[in-house]
Amino acid sequence: MPRKTMVEAIRDAMDVCMKRDDNVVVFGEDVGYFGGVFRCTQGLQQKYGSNRVFDTPINESGIVGAAVGMAAYGLRPCVEIQFADYMYPAYDQIVSEAARLRYRSNGQFTAPIVVRMPTGGGIFGGQTHSQSPEALFTHVSGLKTVVPSNPYDAKGLLISAIEDNDPVIFLEPKRLYNGPFDGHHERPVTPWARHPQGEVPDGHYTVPLGKAAIRREGSAVTVLAYGTMVYVAETAAQETGVDAEVIDLRTLLPYDLETIVASVKKTGRCVVVHEATLTSGYGAELSALVQENCFYNLEAPVMRVTGWDTPYPHAQEWDYFPGPARIGRALKAVMEA
Amino acid sequence: MSEPKALSFHVPAPAVRPGGTPDFTDVQISRAGEVERPPVDVAPEKIRDLAFKIIRVLNRDSQAVGPWAGLLSDAELLQGLRHMMTLRAFDARMQMAQRQGKTSFYMQHMGEEAVSCAFRKALEPGDMNFPTYRQAGLLIAGGYPMLEMMCQIYSNELDPMKGRQLPVMYSSREHGFFSISGNLATQYIQAVGWAMASAIKGDTRIAAGWIGDGSTAESDFHAALVFASTYKAPVVLNIVNNQWAISTFQGIARGGSGTFAARGLGFGIPALRVDGNDYPAVYAVAKWAVERARRNLGPTLVEYVTYRVGAHSTSDDPTAYRPKTESDAWPLGDPVLRLKNHLILRGVWSEERHKQAEAEIMSEVIAVQKEAETHGTLHTGPHPSARDMFEGVFEEMPPHLRRQRQQGGV
Repeated sequence: MPRKTMVEAIRDAMDVCMKRDDNVVVFGEDVGYFGGVFRCTQGLQQKYGSNRVFDTPINESGIVGAAVGMAAYGLRPCVEIQFADYMYPAYDQIVSEAARLRYRSNGQFTAPIVVRMPTGGGIFGGQTHSQSPEALFTHVSGLKTVVPSNPYDAKGLLISAIEDNDPVIFLEPKRLYNGPFDGHHERPVTPWARHPQGEVPDGHYTVPLGKAAIRREGSAVTVLAYGTMVYVAETAAQETGVDAEVIDLRTLLPYDLETIVASVKKTGRCVVVHEATLTSGYGAELSALVQENCFYNLEAPVMRVTGWDTPYPHAQEWDYFPGPARIGRALKAVMEA
Repeated sequence: MSEPKALSFHVPAPAVRPGGTPDFTDVQISRAGEVERPPVDVAPEKIRDLAFKIIRVLNRDSQAVGPWAGLLSDAELLQGLRHMMTLRAFDARMQMAQRQGKTSFYMQHMGEEAVSCAFRKALEPGDMNFPTYRQAGLLIAGGYPMLEMMCQIYSNELDPMKGRQLPVMYSSREHGFFSISGNLATQYIQAVGWAMASAIKGDTRIAAGWIGDGSTAESDFHAALVFASTYKAPVVLNIVNNQWAISTFQGIARGGSGTFAARGLGFGIPALRVDGNDYPAVYAVAKWAVERARRNLGPTLVEYVTYRVGAHSTSDDPTAYRPKTESDAWPLGDPVLRLKNHLILRGVWSEERHKQAEAEIMSEVIAVQKEAETHGTLHTGPHPSARDMFEGVFEEMPPHLRRQRQQGGV
């Protein structure tokens, strides 16, 4: 089985889709000739021509707005926003246009677009290259929001997203592009080549949207995580010896309530982990869902471990990042409660 | 060193407010027939002056004059008159229906009928408009059934949008009319995207984007012009300058720029201004711009100089911010009257036939309205079900929406 980095897996997904469907087009800032600042589209322009893979002006609203128009025509644009932190100018086009087009036109026009964007911190990117805005998308009706945590899923989920007939926000944890990250920033990075989930089959396959995966089975507490935090949570479980079940949500909307509820009913405890800020974050939704569906099975209050409610700092990156030590403390606390 | 003088802050204001005498002396109006008609493949830099003049065909004596005249036959002009009259009658009935509580909201076109009616005539089947809320003439002149428009306005059981959209936010893919958003300017860059897609696919269809004078201030206007210019998209970018953005006069959006059309010059996009109340002129300019797009010559920016005679919407009262008689003073006159007088001069129309046509059209509109009302109005009669509310958010309803629909008991 070939091994790929997450960057290569994402590129491969676009390649597979472009080969199968002439209507798939790829564009964004620096994605054409150069192949993207993270190299996710490298080689695609040479392969498919500048009619289907091209550079755009620096205008995120223009990128997504043009994609909506192209989708109304019948294309399937897969566009890149260089960093999730830069998506705000496109937010109106995403929220008011792409997300509501099917509904407001009663299906006459639809927006089968994918908006890819690198998300999360851990690369000393400061406040403008580190944000995790997923809750700004999951709060919007009509959008699907996906966050892969490994190369196999990234390829399979991105193919599903491109083939989906609704708009999909595809958040790529940039800290995971080159290898799984256990949260110990002082240690050298393990490359995906040495990780089982770095195995990425050639050709077409899909990972369905809306299905979570259990990454680590356990009986004591359920950890709900996605993206970068999946490995950090696994590490915390190993280091504390708490028998945690780590669930990788993979798709935040639609979410896989069945898997979440089955696990929490089994363990009776739940810790929610994300890198984004705490207040009104996606973890609040997860916490409410667990409370509504598993109240009589809960042995302890649901706990959240997240980024602090501050902008993402530069020098204090590792004080901000919810690393294995903080998650470990929450695991112990929830066991003692 | 001398003391620097204190700075002062500038906020543009219209020349006249309520109580004052309307004054349009600063509106520079070219004589009908005066502005040249360049070939469509002209280099944009050769026609920069067209962004400051006003292309006009019908003169004060109701004659069609100059290089932009003579493109339409008598029959076509008569049909154009009928479209505008139909739109006006439709507006009158729907405006009244809103006052009678049969719907929540309406937006009329009074004074701007020529813009969308004449533009529609320049398009081919398959072309796509990305309109704002004041281009229903595209539908009327494009043969969209008036019954569907009314059912949409009434949000009744036949509403093609199933009650999900505010009145007048029509959508008809079949008639080349993209779903109206209600958020301003978003459709402008979408039109460019649609046109880019048509070029990518080697198609022959073109797009038309629509925007108002006020919304040219939005960032998406800039996005549209950048993308259209960069990719030479086959799109006509229309600006309907009706002088008023709700209560805000056009000077607030225009700032120090001479005209809205002039915004195109910095992008290398040919920019034309046209008398928006002059049906043959609107048609001629639209045809010119559409041909440029069709021949792969790229985008054209067109500013229609017109006047919003009515209120912005049924929720607006223009007497609070402009003189009551301002529309009478508008120097470009009324589009229906001007075309009517031209056709009378040509000997193919008369006062009597006009009166007769008015009555005929009104009774046709009333008949359709009666039929629409048998399918319900906003608060009475049959209407889309609460169950419909949950449909169409996604292609397939996800579990969380199914649960909510169940909770809602619908």
